[in-house]
Amino acid sequence: MKTRIRVLALAAAATVAAFGTVPLHAQTAPKQVNLGVAIPAATHAFTAGVVFWANQAKKDLEKAHPNLKVTVKTASGAPEQANQLQDLLTANKIDTLVIFPFESAALTKPVAQAKAKGVYVTVVDRGLTDTSAQDAYVSGDNTAFGRIPAEYLAKALGGKGNIVALRGIPTTIDNERMDAFTAVMKKYPDIKILDAKHGNWNRDDAFKVMQDYLTRFKQIDAVWAADDDMAVGVLKAIEQAKRNDIKIVFGGAGMKEMVKTLMDGTNPLIQANVSYSPKFMYDAIKLTAEARLRGEKLPANTIIPSVLITKENAKQFYFPDSPF
Amino acid sequence: MPPARTDTQAPSRAAWAGQWDRLHGYGPVVGLVLLCIAGALLNSDFATVDNAMNVLTRTAFIGIIAVGMCFVIISGGIDLSVGSMAALIAGCMILLMNALLPRGWAPLAVVAAGMAFALLLGASFGLAHGLLITRGRIEPFIVTLGTLGIFRAYLTYFAGGGAITLDNQLSDAYSPVYYGSLLAIPVPVWVFALVALAGGIILNRTAYGRYVQAIGSNEQVARYAAVSVDAVKVRTYVLLGVCVGIATLLYVPRLGSASPTTGLLWELEAIAAVIVGGTALRGGAGSIAGTVVGAVLLSVISNILNLTNIISVYLNAAVQGFVIIVVAFMQRRRP
Repeated sequence: MKTRIRVLALAAAATVAAFGTVPLHAQTAPKQVNLGVAIPAATHAFTAGVVFWANQAKKDLEKAHPNLKVTVKTASGAPEQANQLQDLLTANKIDTLVIFPFESAALTKPVAQAKAKGVYVTVVDRGLTDTSAQDAYVSGDNTAFGRIPAEYLAKALGGKGNIVALRGIPTTIDNERMDAFTAVMKKYPDIKILDAKHGNWNRDDAFKVMQDYLTRFKQIDAVWAADDDMAVGVLKAIEQAKRNDIKIVFGGAGMKEMVKTLMDGTNPLIQANVSYSPKFMYDAIKLTAEARLRGEKLPANTIIPSVLITKENAKQFYFPDSPF
Repeated sequence: MPPARTDTQAPSRAAWAGQWDRLHGYGPVVGLVLLCIAGALLNSDFATVDNAMNVLTRTAFIGIIAVGMCFVIISGGIDLSVGSMAALIAGCMILLMNALLPRGWAPLAVVAAGMAFALLLGASFGLAHGLLITRGRIEPFIVTLGTLGIFRAYLTYFAGGGAITLDNQLSDAYSPVYYGSLLAIPVPVWVFALVALAGGIILNRTAYGRYVQAIGSNEQVARYAAVSVDAVKVRTYVLLGVCVGIATLLYVPRLGSASPTTGLLWELEAIAAVIVGGTALRGGAGSIAGTVVGAVLLSVISNILNLTNIISVYLNAAVQGFVIIVVAFMQRRRP
């Protein structure tokens, strides 16, 4: 398990290093690239992070490559995003598109149309229902997002104990994470998952769910909050109930406040986290733009690995300027 | 509840209908009692004092807003913006308190200033709604649909899309307002009870309360009866704004933060509490006691679902929907 994590961490370091060594002044590639970015609007912390990193990528890349133009559009719904795609094609005349689809099914046809007009398409995070509508796919690793906390908690509890879990909004992403978590726990017959209820990635909902878990179960050893926003609510509920049977609360995604708590060691319940940074938006735009400037293609699938964050490496995952 | 009709032509039938009406008025209470019995049977921890206090405390936000909403709905209006308004007030309040602390104010003074600011902000948002609806002659549905988007967008903007978090030192000074107890009953439950009591007195024992019901019943007739309809209406929205402010006072110390997901869908929960409690959505009549029962009923449902494992988690929202419809059916009025 440990080696696995190390491999992932290495892979992450390698990708970061690879980006770093790409020549910043693309003098060898006089090609003009007009890149459009379509992403969801900042309605909660995670999407705010996506917007932040998209704009950061625009700033950094346009400075490094004078022959690159990046246009960022944010949408608050699938129909609006489809309209923006049309605008990007007709008004901005883009030749490359990086899209974080609002909904997989609804955006598949509009993206396919863009591709049919010769636009190079990179899809981020939520896959389209028809993969032939995209050239490349960049995503976070939802399986690792569930597997890493499971492995960490199993080890920390010595293979024995009671765990309660929280789930996000019912979606395929949430299912993948939950399935990966339970798959690992199957190997530990002495660890019981008492229940897993939806906290909708929301602090208030998580607070209520945790309060009721505390009423219902007299002995809880660890909580898989499955998201840092939910972890905030969980911690408050535990604090209010003054319970000291819980040893670990494992959040997820590496929200900056939680990474800071981990770094400073201010809460004994927070011992580790797993990365799922909205920074993959930055990576996706950068990878796509630089490949296009060189006239190359991206591999069909790029997975930005989720890695275990502990006190030792927390600094690498702390971005105080990002909203997430 | 409307008074029983005195139909002289068929006295026995009228008396019977009166009984029927009275029985229906207890629909929400009957529903709540049945739910509590079910909860106690499903999980022995349900009927504990701790759990009851948890449920009542978390009902306080929605309950307090629902009391204000009751006035607006009885007067024939509606306010869809309360969830966003609560979120924006929470955000602004935290920003103000964080800004005052480094100026050398004592934490308690900062908290008091923050509370006063929250109430003032709530009242002024309510005033803006009232003026736009009466002087501006725009439908309340449209005015508040507009501000629903405006309030939440401004919060998201102030928070930079993330969360606005209260300073730790202030958080410690402020937390008793949510976590503290008086005579073994949590502070939010006291506040909820006082707001409900005040609401009941204003609605049933003052001239203003009568005017609110008269306007909701027949606005034109109220106007002919020399009721200054516009002023009364504006005041109902200000009252609701103050209620949202009070709810926010209790909400902020709970998590010490406001984010774009704060107060999401509170408006629908508050409206559902009012309607389940027996107030007609078209206005004219309603009751504060029913509203309180409605609000408690809604949070008991989710509490029971969290305490048990009998149905798929994907169906939680459906259970709430079924209960709302069944209770509304039990308390329906004769045509």
